[in-house]
Amino acid sequence: MLEKIETIKLEALLNLEAIDSARDLESWRVQHLGKKSPLTQILRGLAGLSIEERKAAGAAANELKRLLEESSARKGQAIRAKEMAAEAGKESIDISLPGRPYPAGRLHPITQTIEEICDIFVSLGFQVVEGPDVEWDYYNFEALNIPAEHPARDSMSSYWVDTPAGDRGKQMLRTHGTAISARVVEKMRPPIRTIEPARVYRYEATDATHLNIYHNIDGLAVDRGITMADLKGVLFEFVRRYFGENRKIRFRTDFFPFVEPGGEIAIDCGVCHGSGCRVCKDSGWLEILGCGMTHPEVLRRGGIDPEEYTSFAFGMGLERLPMLRYGIEDIRHFYNNDLRFLRQF
Amino acid sequence: MKVPLSWLKDYVDVTLPAAELARRITLAGFEVAEIITTGGSWENIIVGRITAVNPHPNADRLRLATVDLGQRQETVVCGAPNLNVGDKIAFAHSGAQLVNPYNGQMEELKPAKIRGVVSRGMICSEKELGISESHEGILVLKPEVEIGRPLVEYLGDSVLDIDVTANRPDCLSVVGIAHETAALCGRKMHIPEIACEESGEPLEGRITIEISAPDLCPRYCASLITGVTITDSPAWLQERLVACGQRPINNIVDITNYVMLEYGQPLHSFDYDRLKGHKIMVRRAAGGEKFYTLDEVERELTGDMLVIGDGERTVAIAGVMGGLNSEVTGSTTNILLEAASFKATSIHYTSRRLGLTSEASTRFERGISAGLTIPALRHATQLIAELGGGKIARGIIDVYPGKKDPALIPLTAAKVRRVLGVGFSQEQIVDTLESLGFDCRGDGAGIKVTAPYWRSDINQDVDIIEEVARINGYDKIPMTLLAEPVPPQRTEPIIGLKRKIRRGLAGHGFQEIMSYTLTGLDMLSNLAAPARPPEPLPARVVNPMTADQEYLRCSLRAGLLTTLANNRRYEEGGIRLFELGRIYLPTGESLPAEPEVLCGIMSGPRAERSWLGGDGTFDFHDAKGAIESLLGQLDVNVTFEKSLDAGLHPARQAAVVVQGGERRETIGIIGEVHPAVAAAFEVTGTVGLFEINLMALLPFAAGEKTYRAVPRFPGSYRDIALVVDAGVTHRQILDIISSYPLITGAELFDVYSGKPVAPGKKSLAYRLVYQSTTHTLTDAEVNNVQEQLLERMARELGAILRS
Ligand SMILES: [Zn+2]
Repeated sequence: MLEKIETIKLEALLNLEAIDSARDLESWRVQHLGKKSPLTQILRGLAGLSIEERKAAGAAANELKRLLEESSARKGQAIRAKEMAAEAGKESIDISLPGRPYPAGRLHPITQTIEEICDIFVSLGFQVVEGPDVEWDYYNFEALNIPAEHPARDSMSSYWVDTPAGDRGKQMLRTHGTAISARVVEKMRPPIRTIEPARVYRYEATDATHLNIYHNIDGLAVDRGITMADLKGVLFEFVRRYFGENRKIRFRTDFFPFVEPGGEIAIDCGVCHGSGCRVCKDSGWLEILGCGMTHPEVLRRGGIDPEEYTSFAFGMGLERLPMLRYGIEDIRHFYNNDLRFLRQF
Repeated sequence: MKVPLSWLKDYVDVTLPAAELARRITLAGFEVAEIITTGGSWENIIVGRITAVNPHPNADRLRLATVDLGQRQETVVCGAPNLNVGDKIAFAHSGAQLVNPYNGQMEELKPAKIRGVVSRGMICSEKELGISESHEGILVLKPEVEIGRPLVEYLGDSVLDIDVTANRPDCLSVVGIAHETAALCGRKMHIPEIACEESGEPLEGRITIEISAPDLCPRYCASLITGVTITDSPAWLQERLVACGQRPINNIVDITNYVMLEYGQPLHSFDYDRLKGHKIMVRRAAGGEKFYTLDEVERELTGDMLVIGDGERTVAIAGVMGGLNSEVTGSTTNILLEAASFKATSIHYTSRRLGLTSEASTRFERGISAGLTIPALRHATQLIAELGGGKIARGIIDVYPGKKDPALIPLTAAKVRRVLGVGFSQEQIVDTLESLGFDCRGDGAGIKVTAPYWRSDINQDVDIIEEVARINGYDKIPMTLLAEPVPPQRTEPIIGLKRKIRRGLAGHGFQEIMSYTLTGLDMLSNLAAPARPPEPLPARVVNPMTADQEYLRCSLRAGLLTTLANNRRYEEGGIRLFELGRIYLPTGESLPAEPEVLCGIMSGPRAERSWLGGDGTFDFHDAKGAIESLLGQLDVNVTFEKSLDAGLHPARQAAVVVQGGERRETIGIIGEVHPAVAAAFEVTGTVGLFEINLMALLPFAAGEKTYRAVPRFPGSYRDIALVVDAGVTHRQILDIISSYPLITGAELFDVYSGKPVAPGKKSLAYRLVYQSTTHTLTDAEVNNVQEQLLERMARELGAILRS
């Protein structure tokens, strides 16, 4: 009996090997597992055997039945997979056709730049602070060590607003974001770390690199123990994050009435890599921000004791940053609002 | 400030290449914008001596010059009139780069056969060398130059064009830059001794000087030189002026300019004999006074301007420009030379009011140290006597009402470290400061520092600390990241709201734009139909540059409509735009209010153009949908009410109203742009618009989220179609539905009028969701509620269930 079972097994599995269609598999099932199949016959005939024979043959026959069922199931899966693959080859879609459109808007590149820079400074513990576009002369100039008839006013030609002067001077359109810092030292108490995006106005003709209305982003830190090393560390970190690790950075002395010592940070020219070109005016360097240790007088005017606290401040023209990063040749693109420009960012 | 290295070397030994010196000066605070090199192209040009001049065999005007070049001789054809045997000249070999005097281009010199004589080389004019425009004859060199040496060794020079910062007028001078150079290169200064020999009659009694405005003129010094001859300056002086970008005039004017460039102290020369009463009065001008300045322009002066007068009239505008009535002329013989100190703000005011700037005014308005007057005056006086052949009257006059003791500023190494974050020893600090000419004296734990007499920018310890930092270099400063704890962050909620809204709208397919905040009244007027200026008038700038940037915008609509029209020229598809920015509303005395406003517009085909199709154009309902969705994301529930906005289609607009607790506020408006307004902006087609005042929205958008449990029991869905009068609104139906707590949702899925619905009626179809939080509703329960609902609809709205 066991021999017979073994013969059935060999034959059935050999036949199964050769099958490659669902129909053939079905007839194989009928032939080897159906009611009239030899295996079923054996299972049915078990009752007529002796107890010992029944035990051995029964186990073997049931084992074979399970094996054949599993094998046929596996075969069935393989055949279905093969058939679907064949099917897919017949039913083809043009995957290069455009997908069903979903409207996608974008943020203005200046918004993106403001947010990116603010995010960098927020991660360093700075808080975003804004201030008014229409500003008192006091916050724009006086509080920042730029009294009337100071030559620094000449380099920041101003728009004046047609309203009566108050005890903080005339109303004007702020010429730099530093006006917000002047408000911050008056309103907030140390420890202070602020980052200050601002729209600014200069009474100046516009050209490819100058606008009369553009943006600044300023920053301020006031606390005990702040040094110029902190200024350098924070700003170099910012430059590396915004422009990448590999840019060379130059930190030189410069003058602004509201800082002392004052400095300027430049990066190596991305166009000529330092050898000199039109973009960097042959210097190999691109100036990106002014900075320094906040002048004690500025702190004092805000009611902060410069003997107790030290402070640094910085400011930069905002449009210049994406211009340098992406090689945008004309600053006016930002405000022409041509969708063909805006949709690139 | 243009600084020739050849001049700088008079005061300090510079051995560094010009580029390296420029780098150091730039890092120390004075950006060298350009290095102008003379002689950079002078390869193959050497010194020669003319040994013979012979006529050209075939040409009358040309001659043959034989030139000794040291190693050998060369004979060349030359047309210049000033060929003299024995003169040393600049000889260019073939291959040299020279300026072609006829077209100004650089060209390579090639051997040539001129009228049958071969010429290998050339004797050069100044123009050919690029030194000046002179081409009348060849350049004759000084006799002491060595034959055979490269010309560049004698005439080559580098001029640094330096941007001097506003705080350092002392560096608008060669000596000032020399002090910097000495400190930056570790060299000693050597300023030549001024030999101002006062050999004439005493000055006393020959001039009276009075300062009646000591607040504006702290110091006035003068010298008198008699018997002067006005003539051209010598070549060396002219060359230096030209190198610094100035035009030589005559010896007296040139000397005052020269010494100003040397020390940074402006000087003024008067014709002594034209000063009435031999008097100098430093006073305020008479209001309305007319005065001719040296540039022959008549100026009207005001009573707050400082002038120099003589016994009768004004002779100069102090620190800005002299007058025609006392200027030095060709017949002048006696010169009164002025070196004064004027208040910076006064000079700036006068210069600005008169629209007149000069080399003198740009220096004075930055605040020159009064200490520079005497050295500059003495050197100029000496030069006038030397070069003009005059005698110096004895006793220079020095009226100094503003004299102050030099400040002693205490400083410690600890203080330096406190600011810079890097430790310098007291010795290092003192060395640095002394190299700049500061005086340092030990004082217990620290030092007391006095600034040198030429510095006007040193007032407190941080000014000195900057000197230590910049001379040692900012690269000596280490980098640290703020060690102190992070301050508490209390960011204004509006900043977060702006971010959410911008992202929300971009996600809805809106492109953000940014327009100018200054605009024209026309633009703002065109926003109403019919066009009229906004009321009240927006804030105006006093000094607009153009009429289209005269007013601060009081609406974002104009910028958006303009952008739409501009982009329509090449974009056929749907355009969705928004701007989020400030508008400016006058408040009278105080600063204008600057609310943040969101405005969006949508125009053109609703669906993106696609091969899959899509239909319809943007209208009122799109604007409404956008705002509902956006505010939904912010969990702000709004209702829409009838509104009256002159810029929107009168029948297609609605106010956006929020109800939050007790507060009820209109926060914006939606609608379609009035066709007349659209036409004024050259926009065609329907434009959906929404506008939200973020300041009004903010209190409602900042709330906490309220959590409700997700339903545990399934809902039952029932569709009903109601036929109502055309005037009945969706809102009225919804108000009734929402009064039944078991109905948790009502979705309007069809609005229909026309057959078979009776005229004057419309059909609204809703899918209602019945759901309980406690159990699964039975059909009987649902039917019961729906019966009550329909009965009430019929009673209150005359609604009939459409079968
Ligand atoms: Zn470059």
